[in-house]
Amino acid sequence: MPPSLTAALVAALFATPVLADTWQDTLDAARGQTVYWNAWGGDERTNAFIAWVGEQTSARRGVSVRQVKLTDTAEAVTRVISEKAAGQDQGGSVDMIWINGPNFLAMKEQGLLHGPFVADLPNAQYLDLSPTSANSVDFTTPVDGMESPWRLAKFVFNYDSARIDAPPASMAAFVDWAAAHPGRFTHPDPSNFMGGTFLKQALIELTPDASVLQQPATDANYDAATAPLWEWYDALRPNLWRKGAAFPENQSIQQQLMNDGEIDMAMSFDPASTAGAIAEGLLPETARVFVPEGGTIGNVSFVAIPYNAANREGAMVVANFLLDPETQAHMQNIEVLGSYAVLDPAKLNDDARAVFDALPTAPALPDLASLGPTLLEPHASWMDRLTADWAKRYTR
Amino acid sequence: MRPRDGRGLRLVVLAVLVLGLLGPIAAGLGQTGRAAFGVMPVLGAVDPGLGPWRELSAIPGLWTSMKLTLWTGLAATLLSLMLAVGFCAVAHERMSNSAAARWLTPFLAAPHAAMAIGLAFVLAPSGWIARLLAPLMGWGNPPDLTIVNDPWGIALILGLMVKEVPFLLLVMLSALTQIPLRQNMAAGRMLGYGRGLVWMKIIAPQVWPLIRLPVMVVLAYALSTVDMGLILGPSNPPVLAVLLTRLFSDPEIARILPASAGALMQGLLVAAAFALLWLGERTMRRLGLWWVRGGGRGSSAEPLLRAATALVMALFAIGTLAMLSLVVWSLAWRWPWPAPVPQSWSLKAWGSPGAGWAHALGNTLLLAGATTAISLTLAIAWLEGEDRARRGRAAWAEALIYLPLLVPQIAFLYGLNILFLRLGISGGHIAVIWAQALFVFPYVMITLSDPWRALDPRLTRAAASLGAGPWRRLFAVKLPVLAMPILTAAAIGIAVSVAQYLPTLFMGAGRVATLTTEAVTLSSGSDRRVTGVYASLQAGLPLAAYAAAFLIPALLHRKRAAMKGASA
Repeated sequence: MPPSLTAALVAALFATPVLADTWQDTLDAARGQTVYWNAWGGDERTNAFIAWVGEQTSARRGVSVRQVKLTDTAEAVTRVISEKAAGQDQGGSVDMIWINGPNFLAMKEQGLLHGPFVADLPNAQYLDLSPTSANSVDFTTPVDGMESPWRLAKFVFNYDSARIDAPPASMAAFVDWAAAHPGRFTHPDPSNFMGGTFLKQALIELTPDASVLQQPATDANYDAATAPLWEWYDALRPNLWRKGAAFPENQSIQQQLMNDGEIDMAMSFDPASTAGAIAEGLLPETARVFVPEGGTIGNVSFVAIPYNAANREGAMVVANFLLDPETQAHMQNIEVLGSYAVLDPAKLNDDARAVFDALPTAPALPDLASLGPTLLEPHASWMDRLTADWAKRYTR
Repeated sequence: MRPRDGRGLRLVVLAVLVLGLLGPIAAGLGQTGRAAFGVMPVLGAVDPGLGPWRELSAIPGLWTSMKLTLWTGLAATLLSLMLAVGFCAVAHERMSNSAAARWLTPFLAAPHAAMAIGLAFVLAPSGWIARLLAPLMGWGNPPDLTIVNDPWGIALILGLMVKEVPFLLLVMLSALTQIPLRQNMAAGRMLGYGRGLVWMKIIAPQVWPLIRLPVMVVLAYALSTVDMGLILGPSNPPVLAVLLTRLFSDPEIARILPASAGALMQGLLVAAAFALLWLGERTMRRLGLWWVRGGGRGSSAEPLLRAATALVMALFAIGTLAMLSLVVWSLAWRWPWPAPVPQSWSLKAWGSPGAGWAHALGNTLLLAGATTAISLTLAIAWLEGEDRARRGRAAWAEALIYLPLLVPQIAFLYGLNILFLRLGISGGHIAVIWAQALFVFPYVMITLSDPWRALDPRLTRAAASLGAGPWRRLFAVKLPVLAMPILTAAAIGIAVSVAQYLPTLFMGAGRVATLTTEAVTLSSGSDRRVTGVYASLQAGLPLAAYAAAFLIPALLHRKRAAMKGASA
């Protein structure tokens, strides 16, 4: 056999994408596995979507999904830690986690994650994975392929248009609004990420130089950057619900308070959640979404696979399925979940784009233009300091 | 029968208890203790020190949190005790014990979490009571009052009382059968004491030693409840057990160390509360003696008794409303403020069992069945062992039974989980069954002990004289005759198993989803309708078990009047 032919054969062997081969291996290994997907379980629509994902992957790839419903994502992190603590480096109980931000940072730093694996997923071709994309940076922490995106989150407020006419136009305006409507607004406890995000959203607008927030918070830059925030908050707090002495545990409880008529405004990390909640009978028909003028914080929700996951291949199959344009369109459907897709429209073919264009709309579903610009998440250390500082200032 | 009879049986029971019950608690406490002093090699923490304690004490609000814990726990226990005594004094004459048991059953059966979820809705400023009042008071918006999650823990105290008063009542009613109540009362009245004073001066001192341990169980529970504290308790800061549960699941992994220190602190708090109880008992004994000797006969206690009775009835009413609200919510579609009943109804929350509750129900049934079967077997073996040795129970044995109920769960469960992980059984059903059985067994044992000892000895003697051996006497005579109390103990076992939150959460690695874990998780969501489904099922299951415990013997023994159940 002439050497050139051998070389050509070898080249051909390797040219048939290695990726495809290993992906086929992954699919084979995944068949029959049950993926324990640890995901916050407080939202029935998300739970139903996860159940649907399980039905699909089970029918298509023989991978079933069981959702482990968490009150707080940190529970799953702790579980992996205690497994590592006990030396259980294989066959772990957590296969996949819905994760981002501080939990991701903690797991990545502690070496508790499997990967990088995102580039191995065939459907990653539809993602914008350029270094500055929201898919590549999670709260300023580089993703490095250790977690795979699945839904887009953007901070929004909602209000009951039957109760109030004009919601505040900026974060600063919340102080006057609350003074005029004492006891009718609150935010989740800052130890919950939604409460923390509310403080960050205000910080970005009020801080003298927002670019500082992209660097880690230090003793040197923290006080100056946050002084206007605390001044604002001290003015706001006395007029909050329960005079600022008690706070709802998370955004779901807060939404319930709005439905109960105890408060007039709530917040969410999902612009479609208000329309979804109306359809579910959890908010009045008159609820609407608004954002402050300067735009709001946005980020991406990811799934990650623990280093000791028992069903790693199955988890990869599920992560890949989540990125399928068909799945993403189904997810963005307001009648299903209404979460915005993470795919890059420019990378989709015409058929896929048509599916997205044909999705139904609803009165409480904002269009992308009315959501304003998307602001970058501050470095994760700001959230840590803010919540700790808040606890120190206001816990008696 | 010689005392050596049944020695093998007793040894087996003792071995199972030491390895299965004492061992895990000690090992769990040991792990927690190591971590509390900074030793947890997997986290790279190997040098013992006081670091975790320093970190713990630096947590904002920790001292408030501890004060709140002591306050809510002591207040709930003392108030429950006082109300139960007062109610008992008035009601015991008008009600047979079995009628009272039937009456109290729904409150005993409802798990703490379900009750808390219902109460949170009933009591909230936008809740059921407020909605009923709104048209009368002219409220357009719900009043801005902190009622649930209030910083003083009043809602938590109330919630605990709704659950603990019925428990103490039941315990007290059974204790009253062991003292010569009628004679004491007659003698007291004849000497010119009012009914209330006879209770306080003569009956209560006799009842107290019989209910001291159950009161301690209530106290330990009230000081360390997680699910009730989470749903009804203060939020900023919460009670210690809630704060610790959050610390244990902090993304910052090293927080496990201060959390462990806090878990020991929780143990110390309970110990301190026990010491207070003991001091109180000593003081009361002194003062009481002086008071009794004074011989005052004023009948001023009567209004107090009446007030206590009224308060107990109010508690029952609120508890009933809470349980009812769960069912109503599970059938509602839109129920906004200020509608007193839902605007629209739907079976949707019940409609998709496949998506959730069927699985949780299956797990709950499996765990309840297994833990109850194990606990019953062990309890019967123990009691039979005592019978064969023909001796009573040593004090250490009694303490052993109560131990799991007196040590706060959080103090040893996390440590125990690490042990289970090493054994490779964490996250599975076996680990959860084991952990739950630690708490199911004591209740089953306590429930079964009295009826077992009250069994007419002539029955077994007659069987023996007819030539039946010990095993045949057990299976052919004792167990059938004791069917009713055994089924009651089983029902209590099921109720306790269904209600377990922390053991299921920690040992099951969250993968063993039960009605309780799902209901508590859902209570942090926004859909009361789905929560209502889980909480209704959670409360309905133990209730069904109690109903079965009443009905099965009645059917089984329908031709034997004395065994139909009225006897228990």
